[in-house]
Amino acid sequence: MTTPSTLDAKDTVTQKEEPPASTMNIRELLTHNLRQSGILVAFVAIVALFSLLHPNFLSPGNITNIVLQYSYILILAIGMIIVIIGGHIDLSVGSLVALTGATSAVLVVQNGMPWYVGALAALGVGILAGMWQGFWVAYVGIPAFIVTLAGMLIFRGLTFLVLDNISLSPFGGTYYEIANGFQNGLFGGRGVDVFTLVIFAIGVAGYAVNSWRGRRAAIRYKQEVVGLPLFVLKIVLVAAVVMWFAYQLATSRGLPNVLILLAFLVLIYGLVTQRTVFGRNVYAIGGNLHAAQLSGVKVKKVNFLIFVNMGLLAAVAGIVYSSRMNGAQPGAGNMFELDAIAACFIGGAAVTGGVGRVTGAIIGGLIMAVMSNGMQLMGIDQSIQQVVKGMVLLLAVAFDVYNKRRAGN
Amino acid sequence: MTDSILQMRDITKTFPGVKALQDVNLDVRRGEIHAICGENGAGKSTLMKVLSGVYSHGSYTGQILLDGQEVRFSSINDSEEQGVVIIHQELALVPHLSVAENMFLGNERRGRLGLIDWRQTNADAAELMARVGLRENPVTKIGHLGVGKQQLVEIAKALSKDVRLLILDEPTAALNDTDSEHLLGLLRQLNASGVTCIMISHKLGEIASIADRTTILRDGRTVETLDMSGPDTTQDRIIRGMVGRDLEHRYPERTPQVGEELFRVEGWTVDHPSQTGRRVVEDASFTVRAGEVVGIAGLMGAGRTELAMSLFGRSWGHYVSGSTYLHGQQVRMRTVDEAIDAGLAYATEDRKYYGLNLIDDVRHNTSAAALDKVSRAGWVNGLEELKVANDFRRSLNTKTPSVLSPVGKLSGGNQQKVVLAKWLMTEPEVLILDEPTRGIDVGAKFEIYTIINRMVAEGKGVLVISSELPELLGICDRIYTLASGRITGELPRAEATQERLMALMTMEKETAR
Ligand SMILES: Nc1ncnc2c1ncn2[C@@H]1O[C@H](COP(=O)(O)OP(=O)(O)OP(=O)(O)O)[C@@H](O)[C@H]1O
Ligand SMILES: [Mg+2]
Repeated sequence: MTTPSTLDAKDTVTQKEEPPASTMNIRELLTHNLRQSGILVAFVAIVALFSLLHPNFLSPGNITNIVLQYSYILILAIGMIIVIIGGHIDLSVGSLVALTGATSAVLVVQNGMPWYVGALAALGVGILAGMWQGFWVAYVGIPAFIVTLAGMLIFRGLTFLVLDNISLSPFGGTYYEIANGFQNGLFGGRGVDVFTLVIFAIGVAGYAVNSWRGRRAAIRYKQEVVGLPLFVLKIVLVAAVVMWFAYQLATSRGLPNVLILLAFLVLIYGLVTQRTVFGRNVYAIGGNLHAAQLSGVKVKKVNFLIFVNMGLLAAVAGIVYSSRMNGAQPGAGNMFELDAIAACFIGGAAVTGGVGRVTGAIIGGLIMAVMSNGMQLMGIDQSIQQVVKGMVLLLAVAFDVYNKRRAGN
Repeated sequence: MTDSILQMRDITKTFPGVKALQDVNLDVRRGEIHAICGENGAGKSTLMKVLSGVYSHGSYTGQILLDGQEVRFSSINDSEEQGVVIIHQELALVPHLSVAENMFLGNERRGRLGLIDWRQTNADAAELMARVGLRENPVTKIGHLGVGKQQLVEIAKALSKDVRLLILDEPTAALNDTDSEHLLGLLRQLNASGVTCIMISHKLGEIASIADRTTILRDGRTVETLDMSGPDTTQDRIIRGMVGRDLEHRYPERTPQVGEELFRVEGWTVDHPSQTGRRVVEDASFTVRAGEVVGIAGLMGAGRTELAMSLFGRSWGHYVSGSTYLHGQQVRMRTVDEAIDAGLAYATEDRKYYGLNLIDDVRHNTSAAALDKVSRAGWVNGLEELKVANDFRRSLNTKTPSVLSPVGKLSGGNQQKVVLAKWLMTEPEVLILDEPTRGIDVGAKFEIYTIINRMVAEGKGVLVISSELPELLGICDRIYTLASGRITGELPRAEATQERLMALMTMEKETAR
């Protein structure tokens, strides 16, 4: 895939009369983007806290577990953040996860069709459901809250119908491998999977090169950048953390399939939101609908696509979830929508739309994931877990509001 | 005797990346009307926000003395308690609430059990409204009043707070001449009854007529304070203080080179979007030729904006009938993107609501209507976009720390330039400018007129809607007048005078055409 050379530093214009580029020190770097660094610091703190409280928390096995356990929430959060940036909400994704999983279970488990037929059918159902909701929101003009509240009931009801009120299992075979399988052993290694390490090393290198080019372009454009030592330190730190994570995976069972899927989705949707006309239109609509309309943005089309995309990603999450559960239940995916929405808001999205990032939503989702997993390990009661998660959501948004008020002054 | 009600000493206020105010001094005498002027982004609004506690004590350095006593406001409530009331550049009224409700918002008249005493509320409101000469029912919804009357409601609201020092940030920017006159008269009256006023304005004529003294700010510093009764205090003198040099003409020279007909509208008729059957624009026909600046003059409510917006991809009201021609060919513009594709651009008068995405940066707002110019196959070329935004920032002389700053943090006039940049980037054939210089300083106005001239020199057409008749007379080749949704006249520049335009603008329906 060739991405446009957005941050290519070569063909820049020379600029006169501009102040020289200045550099930021560590304090400025952290306060410059307080929201983003705040959430990262919170994430690190939570991880540190649990690793102190429970020795097994950072064990290879458990890290792999966290990835597997919450992948579907993260997938939903990617779609949800786009919905929220556009100024909408989607309450139906939990039900849609159930419906798409059920569809594929009926085909694969009940009728013995191949795994990909089930997966494709699930994707088809997801897209259809998205088109249905997109139609009502974009072309009829009914608020997404209402449309998707209806969708939540409708899709749940359809799930019961499709499954005839019973659970279907097991999928087994390739379908089961989607969420439970690993890639390893390709390059051998004794107890440590070399393949996993190589893949991660390539990723880290790509990140470093991209950051470097971005920094150079920023300098050409006389923007404030972090000083060189600090910049290098940041890259090294990221690389160290990521490679440590890779090592943990490599000494466990290798590279989980869902992690590959997730990385792929994050990359694609990161690009879609930041570098495509579609992504830009979503921000424009959420930021000021009237201005977007008067700028010639095809608002209806964009809103429609936002929901089609959400349907598609809900189906992907549905496939992953049903695969992980190795079956479909009528009650599957209950309350997933709330976890996905919470992930977005913890990750810095604004209720009023126009603000948010895919990476933010992912970190928000990871915070939820790490907390749930940590509390489970420690045997904390379900009810307490709910309370804690609720508090975290509230505090994260309160922190946002407080920040905004301070920035205004 | 110099009895100062207010002294601001060495005020310095910085925002990330911008020093908005640096060692600013302001001295306001008791009982005077003190004007503040300066270019867009000079720091006028910021200074007033510091004074009124919007920016709390501690977020700036320097001292504020009220009646010789140092005050440290940490919120608007603190300053209001001391009788300092600010009316912001952007009105802060809630459209769905009544006049009375707006007036006592946050300051409700309570009766027994802490419930709102509606009778008291409406009676008090009526009394205050009488003081500002507003003859409306206190239960009328604010949204149903024109901007001029809303401004009066703001003043009445200030009066309800026992104001001693009233601050008005560009109160007449959105008003037509009649409403402005009324407002200024009211200010004089309030002033006579002992209220000291500070008024920010870009309208030098109005400053000359009302202010006792004027303080000029430039680039966040005090330049000087002029006594308006002084013999050599002329408008040119003020302009020199503001821009730091002499500005010889208010309007740039241009030799009109009018060519073929470019844009023609025939029989344009539009109904109100929600009140069925209410004609807002009726049978409007006009032309714009290549290389021509055409003006549309009309009073508030004449349907100028409605006409322009409905032409621009039918973005206002219900289209009834009428056709549009570009280069003699009929074109249909049913949606905004069709209009943009055809070569039309419309820069709105309401930049907050229709013009800008305030939470996004200057760069993205600049490219919002012309993303296709910096993208290929759906992918935006971010570097190209940045370059274009920077080019516009330089050619329009927009004051912003960087094109990556949020538009919402720019001063009003600079936001207007971003709106302009956004439409220039679409490279239109016909540019419709709706109140393009509202709230813009003299220097920047000159720049905008220059941009208009540059466009017509390239053979494009420009249609300017403005409430300021001198402006229309200064820049247009031809002026149409609009009254109650009908075009009531057309005057070439040579024949147009303020009086003749006014007469056509106030023409009654029966006699029109
Ligand atoms: N909240 C803010 N954050 C960052 N910069 C700001 C903020 N408010 C104002 N500024 C900057 O401070 C400077 C002064 O702005 P201010 O609004 O006081 O100008 P002004 O003199 O009122 O201009 P105008 O005539 O256009 O209203 C501008 O450069 C503006 O970009
Ligand atoms: Mg201002």
